[in-house]
Amino acid sequence: MSGSGAVLAGLAAQFALLSLLAFGGANAVVPEVHRQAVSIHHWMGEQDFAALFAISQAAPGPNVLICTLVGWRVAGVAGALIATLAMCGPSCLLTYGVAKVWDRHRDAPWRAAIGAGLAPVAVGLVLATAYLLARAADSQWRLAAVTVVSAAVSWITKWNPLWCLGAAAALGAAGAFS
Amino acid sequence: MSRPPNRATLFAAFLSIGLSGFGGVLPFARRTLVERRGWMTAEEFNETLSLCQTLPGPNIVNVSVVVGARSGGWTGSLAAVSGLMGAPVVIVLALAALYDRFGALPAARGAIAGLGAAAAGLVAATAARMAEPLLKPGHLVAAAPVMLAAFAAVGLMRAPLPYAMLLLAPLSIAMARRLRP
Repeated sequence: MSGSGAVLAGLAAQFALLSLLAFGGANAVVPEVHRQAVSIHHWMGEQDFAALFAISQAAPGPNVLICTLVGWRVAGVAGALIATLAMCGPSCLLTYGVAKVWDRHRDAPWRAAIGAGLAPVAVGLVLATAYLLARAADSQWRLAAVTVVSAAVSWITKWNPLWCLGAAAALGAAGAFS
Repeated sequence: MSRPPNRATLFAAFLSIGLSGFGGVLPFARRTLVERRGWMTAEEFNETLSLCQTLPGPNIVNVSVVVGARSGGWTGSLAAVSGLMGAPVVIVLALAALYDRFGALPAARGAIAGLGAAAAGLVAATAARMAEPLLKPGHLVAAAPVMLAAFAAVGLMRAPLPYAMLLLAPLSIAMARRLRP
């Protein structure tokens, strides 16, 4: 697929909206990215989405890279750059503006209420991300076991997540899930 | 506190932060900015982070905007953000190109399947760690129902995120206001 203007504009608009809705970070909007990319626009299948998410986690850098890869799948490198810029731009501008006034209202009660109110919503959204990814990735019990073990290890220990990803990839390359 | 960094130093610092973290780079950001470079105290970092977590957008990108702005205005922010994002974007695109080229090979298919399953687990652990402080006794009583509602609406019922946020965020903030001492 090559990037026509309309497709790029659509990507930009969609990720710019998500940028301003991403309370709790990029992981919180993955369910919506998935809904748009897989269910509505049929840009990719369930498995492909799970694979792109896996690649975004296996690369160094922020979680927002899943948006880069969705843009790439839709419209190549131009799509990747547009999706990344659209996902970061609006929230960056907002942060830049708000950071200046924020310090003045450090002890305002509404500030604490907003933070406390948004936190559980973000947790629910990240949980939804985990659920959708597991549903896409765990096509058999061995893969489901990998998900459970990696969740437990990552929750309990402070090991670098790369160990979990590397071990699971090595198992898979050796044919453990075929 | 050492003196404020110039743009090239900001770029270099965030470049190293972007390249050091896998599946989230916040711990590396703290180590670099507070311990190694001494650009902010631990308290300042926590306050910046709490601001950036309250605002929408990728948290670490927001942190780089704030840190960059403090020492160099908007060009400082630009230096920090491009340092953070530049290399990871190139690397992830290279990996994706490899995936498209060799993804059909059995070994690659297996590796990707394993990676995907492990990545789902990592996200679940992130959710668990985010939930922990909210579910401690004495904290916000209403956190659990809000979490479940957000999960059910977006994860199970696949409601569009804008509508779910529009409904849940004001509700949850209003409850947080009432429950706070």
